[in-house]
Amino acid sequence: MSMEIAIPQPAERETYLNKEYGVWSWLLTTDHKRIALLYLISITFFFFIGGFFALLIRLELLTPAGDLVQADTYNKLFTMHGMVMIFFFLIPSIPAVLGNFLVPMMIGAKDLAFPRINLLSWYLYIIGGVLMLHCMLTGGVDTGWTFYAPFTTNFTNTNFIEAGMAIFVAGFSSILTGLNFVVTIHRMRAPGLTWARLPLFIWAHYATSIIQLLGTPVIAVTIVMVAAERALHLGIFDPKLGGDPLLFQHLFWFYSHPAVYIMILPAMGIMSEIIACFSRKRIFGYSFVAFSSIAIAVFGFLVWAHHMFVAGMSVYAALVFSLLSYAVAVPSAIKVFNWTATLYKGSIHYDAPMLYAFGFLGLFTMGGLTGLFLAALGINVHVTDTYFVVAHFHYIMVGGAVMGYLGGMHFWWPKISGRLYPEGWARLAALIVFIGFNLTFFPQFILGYLGMPRRYYDYSHMPEFQVLNVLSTAGATVLGVGYLLPMIYFLWSMRYGKPASDNPWNAAGLEWKTASPPPTFNFDEEPVVTWEAYNYEELDAPHTEEVRVAR
Amino acid sequence: MPDSTIVGLHHEEQHHPELLHHFADPQQQRDASSLGMWVFLATEIMFFGGLFCAYLIYRRWYFGDFAAASKTISMPLGATNTAVLICSSLTVVLAVWAAQTARRTLLLGSLAITMLLGVTFLGIKGIEYRDKFVEHHVPGASFSFENEPVPGHPGQYANPHHAQIFFSLYFVMTGLHALHMIIGLGIFLWLLMMAWKGRFTPEYHTPVEIGGLYWHFVDIVWIYLFPLLYLIDRHP
Amino acid sequence: MLNNFPLWPQQASTLAGRVDALYVFLLIVTGMMTLLIFICVVYFAARFRHRPGVRAEQIEGSTPLEITWSAIPFLVFMVIFAWGAVVYFKERTPPADASEVYVVAKQWMWKVEHAEGQREINELHVPVGRDVKLIMTSQDVIHSFYIPAFRIKQDVLPGRYTVEWFRATKPGIYHLFCAEYCGTQHSGMVGDIVVQEPAQFEAWMNGGSSGPLSASGEKMFAELGCATCHRNDAGGRGPNLKGVFGKPVQLEDGRTVTADENYLRECILDPGAKRVKGFQPIMPTFQGLVSEEQVNALVAYIKSISSANAGEGVKSSASAATPQSAGKVQPNGSQVQ
Repeated sequence: MSMEIAIPQPAERETYLNKEYGVWSWLLTTDHKRIALLYLISITFFFFIGGFFALLIRLELLTPAGDLVQADTYNKLFTMHGMVMIFFFLIPSIPAVLGNFLVPMMIGAKDLAFPRINLLSWYLYIIGGVLMLHCMLTGGVDTGWTFYAPFTTNFTNTNFIEAGMAIFVAGFSSILTGLNFVVTIHRMRAPGLTWARLPLFIWAHYATSIIQLLGTPVIAVTIVMVAAERALHLGIFDPKLGGDPLLFQHLFWFYSHPAVYIMILPAMGIMSEIIACFSRKRIFGYSFVAFSSIAIAVFGFLVWAHHMFVAGMSVYAALVFSLLSYAVAVPSAIKVFNWTATLYKGSIHYDAPMLYAFGFLGLFTMGGLTGLFLAALGINVHVTDTYFVVAHFHYIMVGGAVMGYLGGMHFWWPKISGRLYPEGWARLAALIVFIGFNLTFFPQFILGYLGMPRRYYDYSHMPEFQVLNVLSTAGATVLGVGYLLPMIYFLWSMRYGKPASDNPWNAAGLEWKTASPPPTFNFDEEPVVTWEAYNYEELDAPHTEEVRVAR
Repeated sequence: MPDSTIVGLHHEEQHHPELLHHFADPQQQRDASSLGMWVFLATEIMFFGGLFCAYLIYRRWYFGDFAAASKTISMPLGATNTAVLICSSLTVVLAVWAAQTARRTLLLGSLAITMLLGVTFLGIKGIEYRDKFVEHHVPGASFSFENEPVPGHPGQYANPHHAQIFFSLYFVMTGLHALHMIIGLGIFLWLLMMAWKGRFTPEYHTPVEIGGLYWHFVDIVWIYLFPLLYLIDRHP
Repeated sequence: MLNNFPLWPQQASTLAGRVDALYVFLLIVTGMMTLLIFICVVYFAARFRHRPGVRAEQIEGSTPLEITWSAIPFLVFMVIFAWGAVVYFKERTPPADASEVYVVAKQWMWKVEHAEGQREINELHVPVGRDVKLIMTSQDVIHSFYIPAFRIKQDVLPGRYTVEWFRATKPGIYHLFCAEYCGTQHSGMVGDIVVQEPAQFEAWMNGGSSGPLSASGEKMFAELGCATCHRNDAGGRGPNLKGVFGKPVQLEDGRTVTADENYLRECILDPGAKRVKGFQPIMPTFQGLVSEEQVNALVAYIKSISSANAGEGVKSSASAATPQSAGKVQPNGSQVQ
């Protein structure tokens, strides 16, 4: 690919990867890039655990009868699937891996503002993860990832307190990551890098960090209350003692709705980078895309009770929350329109990251638009707590966030590893994931409108749902293959991949102006920024065009 | 600061000894640290916010029961603790000023007095907890709150379940506050040791400043907790 | 049979058509939006694919365009919102003369008791063409009473009543699901809604009933000694309950509440919480002494002696909250004014 133009790298050029060897040089590192890789390994581990649970869930639902596992086992499977995927994969995925790696580089800093806190945040994540694993191995939890009171506080026989502690600790990991990003973005930008010149990836992470900082503590204190209630029967959420289970739901969703934006906003940031690069254009309506991230973060805090339209809330409260939910849909729509408009009159390349971006656009659009159904009060009553909701949030969180994460991994893999992955396999994987995903989750929309409730392990009462469930299970198998492929060829490329040049995509952005893989302090000279974000016009000026063609 | 304009990276010997490698200059490091603490405090506000929210809702529903329960915790002890904490805030400010103006004795003294006041607070809190334990007002199996009159409603007695919610929130809120105090004492012990070694100078005293910010925050939480928990319906 | 692969749920209530109409409207609107975006993406991607020597044309953006594509979707969203709200109001407002059925949920079954005294488990018989209101509570955790063919769902909470209503339009047997995860046998908490022609329903109703619910409530009212204080005149130590249902009640602490089902329920289980003005706090709590079914019977009895209001609609939390309570959680759904 870039063999002719890459300056032949002396093998001993010092990078963050080869600066030091040995376990402790990794486990005690304060280098944001190494910490990002620590996160990468840990979240991949949890992703495959969560994925394994998902596969078992889909296998159980292949037949109407509850024949593969027992009811309690199934309940634990979907609970652990949800908890692992949300708290140990999706929330840390893009921010803690790609964000950690790229935020300092994109703003021309040598590291995050608090490198040791960054390492601490990884250790907290690991402590939370170990607690979660221990909890799983000693029986698991069957409360659903939403752990509603009073079921969780007074009825389940499983060890919720340990799972709660795991989430609590992992939550502080998330808070510390957000804190680091906010401070870094405010205080560590390179000279000349004004807010209006920031890559949209940074804007998205800034918005994400705000949610992490202001939302996560609320779930933390809610877990404290649930654990105390469970251990001591205080009555805070127990109606028999004067408490109110709906208060729990309000506190829970006050975090857990914005948490959806923790998962999707960073993926949106990645989309802006990829689409700009492979269209060779500045993002259409830069400031609208940037501020829509902030708008999503702010409005995201005002819509939590749209999860509770049938929970016994007042009709008027439901009206307000429905209205606000439509308000938060607007900034998401703005983003989709702007990405589409960016393609217009571009010079579009079909490299693997761009294929993931196309996939993201399609799946996120469908996920977002089905959100309109759920926000419509009259329809919500029918479809809430059915597979319609399951399909909707998987379109956002898997179709959107995971697709974005994979797109980002492909885009920045040459920078992270200094190697190129096999392009053909990467395109194939993107296609498989897209097809497998739709096959898995589209039938679930239909199932949901038909009325199949969530969290049923046995649907022998309504065998007419089987055909759609079989389709979904078949899709999940395809999807599983699609997710395994990138892991295999990324690993393969670390040893056998061609060395990557510093900027294989000829992309804008400071992270591409340093070596691949970068040196420990990112830049050999402190960068000074004199250009706007996405200056593809300059990059593609005739003298660099041949370079581009040579690829 | 002669070294604040250095652009080259690996000349750490030229930097201020406390300047970490990834900051361009001490100013940037100071700004980052203090912004970090402010952001962290915003997080803390949300952390206590969830509890305040639960408290306010139940207080509105079960006002009489909450007033009755509130009557049984010792206002004099709570008021004393409020005074203790306000005094400690003063000594924290003195410590910061002493660090800025290189008054080592004053710095050490203020830090030590702050810690002393913090320990006093925890001691008084311990006495209150012990009283509650003796009176069986600790939520759980042995909780008992029978025949406690509702202030202002002669002949009416508080619902023990609702009183238990009050005490649950009381213990969770003051308990978390006390935990923050203990962490604060740890921070101040560290500051004291650093100050003893003479690590703080007018150029470098950010730890004292942000440690102080944290301490003030913990005080402010108490300033809200005291009236909310101790002073429900307490007019003479 | 096509039964093995349905794509559209059965429509068997008056609400089903309304929900489906909005759903179809949304399918069309979102389908058009999806198509628009997909066509643009595919067309741009093909039309502007990279060609050697051809460079992208830099476009900054366009504020008028941004405003247009923010405003138009927003207006469309508002139409959806308003339409959804209208349907929701319909769903949440039981007609005044609906016949009443009490539902008690527990892990993992539905216990149903008709006002006429018929009891069923995991089944609910209803006639075609009559409004039916379900007054529901749970003995343990949160459940949710969901009838897909009727497009209605309502969480069933412990410690309070929630209500939902429907009018069945087609005889048949329809699914009843618990839609809120409730533990091990959550997926076993299913049942059948049996919709019958009125004549058949009457026949079913007349078979083996133990008398109306209010009659067993009356019996219990006497057995529990309620009548010694709640006398039928003004001289009792407790308020006279005749005609109280549906009326505003002055409380000791100065507030006024409407005596709805949730209020009556709370007075039985926690008499001190909302004491009527002018009465001493002498009533003992019946928490733990009466079962959920017995509370239902007592409530049904108290409603039955409020004959003047017999047919009036029930104002309970889920059906018609007051504006003051918007956005707040009410511990038991009573309307505090």
